[in-house]
Amino acid sequence: MSSYIPIGERERGAMLGDLGLSGVDELFAQVPPALRLDGPLDLPDAMPEMALISHIRSLAEQNCDMDHCVSYLGAGVYDHFIPAAVDHILRRSEFYTAYTPYQPEISQGTLQAVFEYQSMICALTGMDVSNASLYDGATAYAEAALLACRATRRNSIAVSAGLHPHVREVLATYGRFCGFSIETLPLDNKQGTTIIEKLPEGTAAVLVSSPNFYGVIEDIAPLADRAHEAGALLAAGADPVSLALLKPPGECGADIVVGEGQALGNASSFGGPLLGFFAAREKYLRQMPGRIIGQTMDHSGRTAYVMTLQTREQHIRREKATSNICSNQALNALAAAVYMTLMGQEGLKRAANLCLQKSHYAYEQLLQISEISAPFSGPFFKEFVVSLPLAPTTVNEALWQRGIVGGYALPQGGPENGWLLAVTEKRTKAQIDSLADAVKEVLA
Amino acid sequence: MSTRKYSRDHEWVLPEGENRAKVGITEHAAKALGDIVFVELPQEGDSVNAGDALAVVESVKAASDVFTPVSGKVVAVNDSLENAPEQINQTPMEAWLAVIEISDAGELDALLDEEGYRAFCEQED
Repeated sequence: MSSYIPIGERERGAMLGDLGLSGVDELFAQVPPALRLDGPLDLPDAMPEMALISHIRSLAEQNCDMDHCVSYLGAGVYDHFIPAAVDHILRRSEFYTAYTPYQPEISQGTLQAVFEYQSMICALTGMDVSNASLYDGATAYAEAALLACRATRRNSIAVSAGLHPHVREVLATYGRFCGFSIETLPLDNKQGTTIIEKLPEGTAAVLVSSPNFYGVIEDIAPLADRAHEAGALLAAGADPVSLALLKPPGECGADIVVGEGQALGNASSFGGPLLGFFAAREKYLRQMPGRIIGQTMDHSGRTAYVMTLQTREQHIRREKATSNICSNQALNALAAAVYMTLMGQEGLKRAANLCLQKSHYAYEQLLQISEISAPFSGPFFKEFVVSLPLAPTTVNEALWQRGIVGGYALPQGGPENGWLLAVTEKRTKAQIDSLADAVKEVLA
Repeated sequence: MSTRKYSRDHEWVLPEGENRAKVGITEHAAKALGDIVFVELPQEGDSVNAGDALAVVESVKAASDVFTPVSGKVVAVNDSLENAPEQINQTPMEAWLAVIEISDAGELDALLDEEGYRAFCEQED
């Protein structure tokens, strides 16, 4: 078999002929003309390998990663420390080259790793069952909305304004095509926490995240009570690192717990790949999207792992599947499993506690600057908002000159000149002090 | 004495009392599906039309729809299957899924009798 099949005039002509098309333009007729390339790509001439390597390297060096700067950027993706062993295990080719590695005869390692991942997610969230992971946090929230609609036979979702704006956009897209409507629950503008005044009739679920987009920790229990009184489910989003310190949402009445799992041993990269986690109470097991790895015994009585629940996925249930996603994020879930195993219960608690202490130190230092104020008074974990006297992007540009990646400039609709900063265990006291000094200088 | 009727989708219908009938899946279907591990039942009060999906039976191999051969309202569901779905493999002709209040008794006439169903299965195999 040839490993490379080139496409020349002859092959192109044969394929177009088979399709009954006159040319490539006709093939792409459905793509709006404005989006089509109207000429060849503007590429430089071919280079010898030596020159090419040096050219590509100089391009790569224009990138900056978290090892070469001090970052306070969070807003969904976080710069936590990743022990070297995580990468060492991920880079074993048995793990990273395998595509759909679920045949139990040859994949006990992968299956066991996913099983451990699920067990640890259940322990962190206080839920009975976790699936093998989803593509990212945003789709996990959307799947939570869909599960709630199936389980309650209702089609309206009450979404906290404190959910990440990207997550809310993804929910709106799913709602538009899967037939659920969205009601927004406002935030108390002093506390920064979700208020439920009245749930509309037919609400399938209340979706809330804690900490929310502004970093504020929500009190899940009363929100869950309000949801349950209305016959709705409570789906809670969570930062898994924060769950080492906070009461698990499962103990606060949540029916589903979802979120972005990147913070567990996955690099920030350029904003992905991410890791959606999804856990629920056992009564919703059959309504859950995705697959679960189960522990069983082989014919000799030895512990073995197999994929279960895939009977409800798209390749078997077609259009009646519980989700249109028929996969999981195995390598990222593996990173999370290795990370959680290495850290252990105590280690994760210590990392979380460092985030808590350091973010509060940064918060206090920044608030000593008279021009800076805090818009929300609710408690926070590792991320918080301050209001600057000028546009946060201006401050960020000045900080970048000093090798500091500043906070996230909040979009309109949030606090004015709101600046969202994330402080993880990686930041040192000296770094936080120089952040405060640098901000003081910029504002002076 | 009412007689059991059969659909070409391998469900049985057992008329009982006035305008009511139990619906289940046949022994042939239960064998073909293999070990049943879960049953998703309808809710009491659901209205169904003949041919609609009434329940989902899940085996280790697949999750399959059970279609109702008759139209009407679901007036009872066999909750005991939730914790003991294996009843369908053990005694398929007793393990009913739901009781339907039939809205059009004429639909029963279009179904097969026992002999007709047996011939249908042989032909299908």
